[in-house]
Amino acid sequence: MISYQLSIFAENKPGRLAAVTRVLAKEKINIRATTISTSDTFGVIHLIVDDPARAEDALTKAGMTVSLSRVLAVVIPDQPGGLDRLTQLLLTENVNINNAYGFVLEGHRKAVFVVSVDQIEKAEALLEKNGFQTLDAEALSAIEPFHYMKY
Amino acid sequence: MYWEKEIETMDREQLERLQAVRLRETLERAKKSVHYGKRFAEMGLDIGGIRTDADVEKLPLTTKDDLRENWPYGFLACSRDELIRMHSSSGTTGRATVIFHTTRDIGAWTNLLARCMYMAGMRRSDVFQNMMTYGLFTGGLGFHYGAEKIGALVIPAGAGNSKRQIQLMRDFETTAIHIIPSYALHLSTVFTEVGVDPRRDTKLRLAFLGAEPHSEKMRRKIEDLYGFRAFNSYGLSEMNGPGMAFECPEQDGMHIWEDNYIVEIIDPMTLKPVPDGEEGELVTTTLLREGMPILRYRTMDLTRIIPGPCPCGRTHRRIERIKGRTDDMMILKGVNIFPIQIEKKLMEIPGVGTNFVIILDRADYNDSMTVKVEVQKEFFGGDLRQLEALRRRIVEELKSDILITPRVDLVEPDSLPQSEGKAKRVIDNRKD
Repeated sequence: MISYQLSIFAENKPGRLAAVTRVLAKEKINIRATTISTSDTFGVIHLIVDDPARAEDALTKAGMTVSLSRVLAVVIPDQPGGLDRLTQLLLTENVNINNAYGFVLEGHRKAVFVVSVDQIEKAEALLEKNGFQTLDAEALSAIEPFHYMKY
Repeated sequence: MYWEKEIETMDREQLERLQAVRLRETLERAKKSVHYGKRFAEMGLDIGGIRTDADVEKLPLTTKDDLRENWPYGFLACSRDELIRMHSSSGTTGRATVIFHTTRDIGAWTNLLARCMYMAGMRRSDVFQNMMTYGLFTGGLGFHYGAEKIGALVIPAGAGNSKRQIQLMRDFETTAIHIIPSYALHLSTVFTEVGVDPRRDTKLRLAFLGAEPHSEKMRRKIEDLYGFRAFNSYGLSEMNGPGMAFECPEQDGMHIWEDNYIVEIIDPMTLKPVPDGEEGELVTTTLLREGMPILRYRTMDLTRIIPGPCPCGRTHRRIERIKGRTDDMMILKGVNIFPIQIEKKLMEIPGVGTNFVIILDRADYNDSMTVKVEVQKEFFGGDLRQLEALRRRIVEELKSDILITPRVDLVEPDSLPQSEGKAKRVIDNRKD
């Protein structure tokens, strides 16, 4: 299943992330995972939230530059080699990972790994064929994250 | 002390008579050009009725736009066979204006530069290192010819390559240089770097500072760093280039050569002349240009005539340092840049939003330009690499147009002042 990642263009200066979280807090939107990539004076904030469409709407209304993109939220076992199995599989089909980050689920048994890839349909089919569970927005909003991990 | 004593010290009345004669000759020539032929006819101007330089006001003003609209030959008053040189305004590609010269024009211009340099104290015994760009820019070849006419030994060093400049100065005992003031300040840091003291280890005694307005404080600083006397040079390519106005040993204003130019200061709003001493826009008419005479050219430079005679004995009036521009032209490292050039280029690039701001800074005597550009909301695809690619493209495109590599910062849409109204496009943080 396909999930959605929110990306926000932000200048690299104090208060930009705070402005984003303020809007989301006010809207009672829950953040599942976040990662920021910066390039000197500007950067992009990536968020996985429980209600991406509403979050996009609220952030856009607040004047922010937002983009919603499709990602795969893959459930992997929280154990040595768990992530490796996923990345090796994607490599066999030459799928490129543009961005990735994840979070561990409650109970330490499982983790969710968010991957932004260049060939999403192909990757999705590949993962499902090989027994990986992928979460959609609804499933993501239902799970309880334990703590974040970032790669 | 005078290159041409008779002309330089000619009494005002005689000088004005000379101007009137040369103005009539200029009008006869100008009439032959497509542009002025048409303008004179439209205005019903009887050039026979222009008798004194006080009649100048009856003549049409000429602007850079006129030159552009008549690009490239609409101002020519002679056949193309008679032309021997072209020059162009610095730094610009899209908005460049072209000026053509005949043999006589180059001779008259060269003589003016010799007059200027001689006035500042250069002699045939001097070694003159010309540290300006040779080429379309008038500063390189103009000074080169003038210095040769004086008989100095000319080192055509050209711009840049600081260490080689210093080496040349030491190897050939350079005594005089022509340099952009901001570059002179930068070069002094290179002197320190290579462990050479310009005051002790060189024979430098004279400098001509040109192509860039600068303050009195900056001049004193440069003089102090190098231990030479520095003289301010003013000119624009449309009026030949350097040689138009220059400081004498008094270093108090630049004598503008009134045997070659009619000088007016006008109120840029009303376009009416203001009396000597009052600030306004400098407007000049060429009096000796054969190939491409230009009448009442709006220089867009703000200055004033310094009233009263100069102790040096020259009767040609003096203009003060340029105080600013009536348009929004910026001068960076001697290159003229208009915000509109940057705007045009930016708007051609997909992904660029509506607003931008240009910030000029000076650090370690080095001028730099930062362009803050809004990203178009729809362009943003959530990917940092896409933004980086856009940023690099903007840098490349601007560099190819303005010849200076700017720093480009991408900013969020609607975070800069709106382009409507009188948005301040340029923030100049450069201090002395």
